[in-house]
Amino acid sequence: MPDATGLELIAQRVREAVAGDAVTGTLVQREQATLEVAPGSVRDVLAYLRDGDDEPWPQLMSLHGCDYLPEEPRLGVHYQLLSMTRCDRLNVRTRLGVDDPHLPTVVDLFPTADFQEREVYDMFGVFFDGHPDMRRILLPEDYEGYPQRRDFPMGGEPVLFTFNEDQYPRWYD
Amino acid sequence: MEVIRSGPLDMRSRGLRAQQMLRGDIEGDDLEKYVEERVLLTRMENAQNWARANALFPLGFGLACCAIEMITVIGSPRNDLSRFGAEVIRFTPRQADLLILSGRVSIKMAPIIRRLYDQMLEPKWVIAMGACSSTAGMFNNYAVVAGADKFLPVDVYVPGCPPRPEALIFGINRLQDKIKGEPGMGWRERYNAKGTGEVA
Repeated sequence: MPDATGLELIAQRVREAVAGDAVTGTLVQREQATLEVAPGSVRDVLAYLRDGDDEPWPQLMSLHGCDYLPEEPRLGVHYQLLSMTRCDRLNVRTRLGVDDPHLPTVVDLFPTADFQEREVYDMFGVFFDGHPDMRRILLPEDYEGYPQRRDFPMGGEPVLFTFNEDQYPRWYD
Repeated sequence: MEVIRSGPLDMRSRGLRAQQMLRGDIEGDDLEKYVEERVLLTRMENAQNWARANALFPLGFGLACCAIEMITVIGSPRNDLSRFGAEVIRFTPRQADLLILSGRVSIKMAPIIRRLYDQMLEPKWVIAMGACSSTAGMFNNYAVVAGADKFLPVDVYVPGCPPRPEALIFGINRLQDKIKGEPGMGWRERYNAKGTGEVA
């Protein structure tokens, strides 16, 4: 991972190349460098990091969602980039509100993002605008709700023990 | 009953003797003696069930991690399920008569399993192998059906996570007992507690 200085340099280059308000913050935590990006400019920042930078990050290793429930904005989408020439990784993170979250797709930049964006849509309900096939991927197509959000009920059935047996009348039916 | 192994010549003379009996060439005391020694009487259903129990055709179908154990049972010479006549895996449900649910049943998979079950010809049997397909097991959540018996009839439940191959073989043996019409009484047999069935 780039150290704090290297990350600031990358952030400065992104600000100059894409937009002044594209990068909202930087974070180096547990040797992981994270570039925090405004949701509207995710695509431009990733396009710049893939092609425009003088030491580019050509591979997208992972794209995943996250729900930080007490914090606002709640949802997060993480992109992890890999450069084999640098032997290094860079995280790009964006934060979204839970009401009607939309992000621009990066499938045309990184084809591997196809299924991963569908999985984030499936589990967290983040819509990726411009995705060629925005459907659920793991859950049934008629499933309602986004189960990896933290306010989604766990589901399943109550497990019976002797101490809570009387809370479920006629459980033997 | 004493079993007498005989050589090929003896087989030949026995075959000739059977031919003679069917033609009606043996008469009197010879015939009675022959029938006593050689003919076994049973009912049609029992013979049919005996054949069914010793020629189970499992469907080649795995769901999750239990499938690895299931494969070592029905596919490997170490456990050698052909000792019990149940090792011929069929990869089409039209030719199979035993469905082993080996693994967790997700709600997306449930209609597909039900369709496979419906495509199998009668008579057909189902073994729920492992904790997940018997109940939801450790995957008691939004994505997994809590027990495959919610959408198809299950004959034998094999507990374990995953069950050892011996456990699955034991389950298949209990299923064979059931097919033969002599189901085991489980713990009631061990504790000599017959006649203590639960009243629903």
